[in-house]
Amino acid sequence: MTYGKGLPALAALTTLTLTAALALVFFFAPLDADQGFVQKIFYLHVPMGIVALAGFVAGGVFAVAHLRTRDARHDLRSYVAIHLSLILAVGVLITGSIWARASWGAWWVWDEPMLVVFLIIFLLYACYQPLRFSIEDRDRQARAASVFAITAGAFTPLCFGAVRFAQEAYIHPRTFDSTGVGMPPGMFVTFLVAFVGMTLLFVTLWKYEMAAKHTTFRLRALRRALGGEEDLAPVRRSAAPQSL
Amino acid sequence: MRRAIAALLRKDLLVELRTKEAVPAMALFAISTFVVFHFGLDRDTVEGDVAAGVLWVTMLFAAVLGINRLFVAEAEQGGFDGFLLAPVERTALLVAKALALLVFLAIVQLVAVPAFAILLLGPDVFQALPALLVVLVLADVGIAVIGTLVSALGIRTRARDLIVPILLLPLLIPVVLAAAQATAPLFAQAGAGPLPGRWLAILAIYDVVFGLIAYAVFDFLLED
Repeated sequence: MTYGKGLPALAALTTLTLTAALALVFFFAPLDADQGFVQKIFYLHVPMGIVALAGFVAGGVFAVAHLRTRDARHDLRSYVAIHLSLILAVGVLITGSIWARASWGAWWVWDEPMLVVFLIIFLLYACYQPLRFSIEDRDRQARAASVFAITAGAFTPLCFGAVRFAQEAYIHPRTFDSTGVGMPPGMFVTFLVAFVGMTLLFVTLWKYEMAAKHTTFRLRALRRALGGEEDLAPVRRSAAPQSL
Repeated sequence: MRRAIAALLRKDLLVELRTKEAVPAMALFAISTFVVFHFGLDRDTVEGDVAAGVLWVTMLFAAVLGINRLFVAEAEQGGFDGFLLAPVERTALLVAKALALLVFLAIVQLVAVPAFAILLLGPDVFQALPALLVVLVLADVGIAVIGTLVSALGIRTRARDLIVPILLLPLLIPVVLAAAQATAPLFAQAGAGPLPGRWLAILAIYDVVFGLIAYAVFDFLLED
């Protein structure tokens, strides 16, 4: 399977969309009457948050496929998706903090369930790599990681669903609710382009990482075929899958 | 399936009764934690949401001790191999271990809740007791299910004692949150308020959802 196929075109499309999104954010989207310029971080923060959570859930879906088929490729897909989502989640927490500081006057607000739930999910997924790292047997590592990814993948939408439906009072702005989109068309178009750009960025990085890992595995297999085991550097203990 | 569960549960309770490894340590830990809270908070009595928080954080940490030890005998003395050789469903082990953990938690709380009422709790515990029992049962089921799953997940890792708590705490935050919110009005200074149904519903949903997930994925942790 070649993950590199179509990657240059996809990367070009991602660059184009993200550039367009940035242009729209700074030159087209209307300035928020209430919050002013700082509101523009919304076009980065919200797409990143949605894509990170979707990536966590996707990691869970790949994990289900891994446990059903015992195909190590699904484990690698799940690992890469969760790894990328973790990086995005750090970005969400940082951009959210900046926005909160500018908008509410505090870096962190405990009263707001949306923030707390996101932090809990981040802390949970921060255990994914240590869990993998502490299991040496490759098959067992993959299975344990999949069990974790499924449990956490169910935990994520459940917690967010509970927050969305159970709370009465909130201050965290809601992009979408039952009454529709809570922003003017100019903002909404910009948001959509930024969201598509972020999704494309995630897919591009995911494909890129998959291609890189596959190439490394194949190179190793070829080296082994050519020169035998002694030429190879020993496989170090690692959280990432090391072969297929 | 039912006979296998009964046999495994009987084995676990018998082992605990003879070795007295987990439950006394958990109970002692809980009482020590109350004392630590007394000095940490510098309060002679607590009530309302502080009381609920102290009780549930202590219960959570005491549970972590038991959860860490849950599969140690199986892992170290070949119990897993013996179980896998037996012609029974693998989920039987999940159900039996979760029930055993539930029994352990119930016994610990039988000691810890009175100790909490004597040492720290300001308001009278007796009028809150029936409602508190409901919260304890719902929360204990959630802790037992997730605890068994995480314990099985962590048992064959290198750093078992570290992996189990760091996985367990984020997963159990919803349980602690809902249990503490449901318990807070029971410990109100003015007398026990009504039990908030919404938080009980969240606890019940958590129990059901994670019960089903644990049931679905537990098998894969036992393969070799």
